[in-house]
Amino acid sequence: MATKTQEIEAKGGQSRHRGLGLSDDQALRIYEVMRLARAIDERMWLINRQGRAPFVISCQGQEGAQVGTAAALRPGYDWVAPYYRDAGVILWFGMTARDQMLSFFARREDPNSGGRQMPGHFGSRRLHIVTGGSPVATQLPHAAGVALASKQRKEDAVTAVYFGEGSASQGDTHEAMNFAGIHKLALVFVCENNGYAISVPQSQQMAIQNVADRAAGYGFPGVVVDGNDVLACYEVSRQAVERARHGEGPTLIEAKTYRFTAHSSDDDDKRYRRAEEVAIWRQKDPIQRYAKYLRDAGTLTDPLEAEITDRVNQQVDEATEYAEQAPDPTPDDLTKFVYKEELQA
Amino acid sequence: MAVKTVIEAIREGMDEEMARDPSVFLIGEDVGNRGGVFLASDGLFKKYGELRVIDSPLAESCIVGVAIGAAVNGMRPIAEIQFADFIAPAMNQIVEEAARFCYRTAGDFNLPMVIRAPWGGGVHGALYHSQSIEATFAHIPGLKVVAPGTPADAKGLLKAAIRDPDPVLYLEHKRTYRLVKGEVPDGDWVVPIGKADVKREGKDLSLIAYGLMLTYCLEVATKLAATGISAEVLDLRTIKPIDQAAIVATARKTGKVLVVHEDNRFAGIAAEVMAIIMENAFDALDAPVMRLTGPDVPAMPFNHVLEEAFMPNVEKILVKAKELAAY
Repeated sequence: MATKTQEIEAKGGQSRHRGLGLSDDQALRIYEVMRLARAIDERMWLINRQGRAPFVISCQGQEGAQVGTAAALRPGYDWVAPYYRDAGVILWFGMTARDQMLSFFARREDPNSGGRQMPGHFGSRRLHIVTGGSPVATQLPHAAGVALASKQRKEDAVTAVYFGEGSASQGDTHEAMNFAGIHKLALVFVCENNGYAISVPQSQQMAIQNVADRAAGYGFPGVVVDGNDVLACYEVSRQAVERARHGEGPTLIEAKTYRFTAHSSDDDDKRYRRAEEVAIWRQKDPIQRYAKYLRDAGTLTDPLEAEITDRVNQQVDEATEYAEQAPDPTPDDLTKFVYKEELQA
Repeated sequence: MAVKTVIEAIREGMDEEMARDPSVFLIGEDVGNRGGVFLASDGLFKKYGELRVIDSPLAESCIVGVAIGAAVNGMRPIAEIQFADFIAPAMNQIVEEAARFCYRTAGDFNLPMVIRAPWGGGVHGALYHSQSIEATFAHIPGLKVVAPGTPADAKGLLKAAIRDPDPVLYLEHKRTYRLVKGEVPDGDWVVPIGKADVKREGKDLSLIAYGLMLTYCLEVATKLAATGISAEVLDLRTIKPIDQAAIVATARKTGKVLVVHEDNRFAGIAAEVMAIIMENAFDALDAPVMRLTGPDVPAMPFNHVLEEAFMPNVEKILVKAKELAAY
């Protein structure tokens, strides 16, 4: 099989989204989910710094890569196995601001884990979001298994699995890509390369420039895309999803992006990267960039922007208020659900 | 009812479940055309095809991780680890993932999957084809661990494991595969997980074992009977969840208990069984609970003298049982 790594250039033009088959409403929906992901995250940091919640881990800066790729999938039919930054992915798949805040405050009602996991450990069987833990890259073989099941039942569901460039160093990444290549699974690998695994830069993570180059070793295509260009991410994802859905096998998408925040609320990124570097990347903010495009295209007007801002703020306010007041688990909850059968008892 | 070997019983169990439920499939190294290195899946590839009997790449984490994902998406995978000794690369997937899925989602996800692993020594398998892994995995909440010792239990527990909603580590002792023969009930024979079985009634002392050691203990009981000692033999069958009631009942009945396993001694299954008896049947004991186990060395050496020195056998168990009887 011929493999290639290609750069997708950001194309100009005022109707780029229409050329990709996106209606104005769909293009705006993508924008709103990016805004919501960012707004929830910003609120979490605020609350964390006020000492009202112990931990936050961020999506900021990566919303374009997340929502752009997820938007090519069919929520609830296709599957995603996200990693801990993928707020944009899981919101696109149907999670709500309230769900995220319940998880942030570790409440009993948290649909991801009932308050058991740290924030960012997403999961919902109903929404087809595979639960994730903290060890990295374990979700890649899971995603291969999900895709294998679809193939075994001759269903055309596509699975997308998300991970960082640090996770690309794990053996599970190799094992999953190898397996997916052998069985030509309907699987899209999305590497959100933000340049750092906590503090370790890409140059200490691998000797190559592009994670996507590794796809050649597994017999399927690798594609590098500007992760801060949401429409470019949508375009490559749509191609990968179509390939997958038609039985042509996996694709590895590498979205080059950047995280604006420290690794987590417990990290100090000034110890390993310069403020100037962060400032340069903030100029490439995927949300600002997309907003400008939508305005230039005449799709996003001032009244529409105001409406979206209101809706986003309202959701975040409501979610925060609801979740902060929501009850904690009880000590009795500690020993529940070690096994499924307890549900039936 | 027909007499079968353990390996035949396992093969039948898989075959029947695959025929009954199209979501059941097998994945592992050499399980396809080769039929498995022990021929556990002999004929299944031909019968069910390459989508349901999958030769995996030589990568244990992949085998288990893919099985987890398939279970998420409505399948009931049987993941075969060729030898229990090679399960370590899959440890992360088993311990941190499979065992945690249900708990970490407060019951939203569960994983109906079986990990089959041939285990145990006495086959000249040396360090890396002889290991016992039950204590290591029994320590992990969220996993179930079974270790049948007879053909009937091998088949019945395998079928129960495949139908179970949670991950089950199914340990099949290599030495028993063709050594142990026995009657297997006809029809849809299922043995419940979590239930021990009194394989021989007795009144003077109790021998508690599982796997290959069950066969040895039954032989010891016969020899003891010839000397006028009546030994009860309790087969744990399931290591986790362990059958506390059955352990306490036999301890209360005979007042003298010897636990036998070939796994290492320190923090082994015997230690847990002894603790259960101490907590629940202390007042009924006529002697300290005793154990005969493999030694605390890393694994079983290749040389036959060293291997025999490692393995509990009929003679060693007999000596220990007589010591207990005389106490």
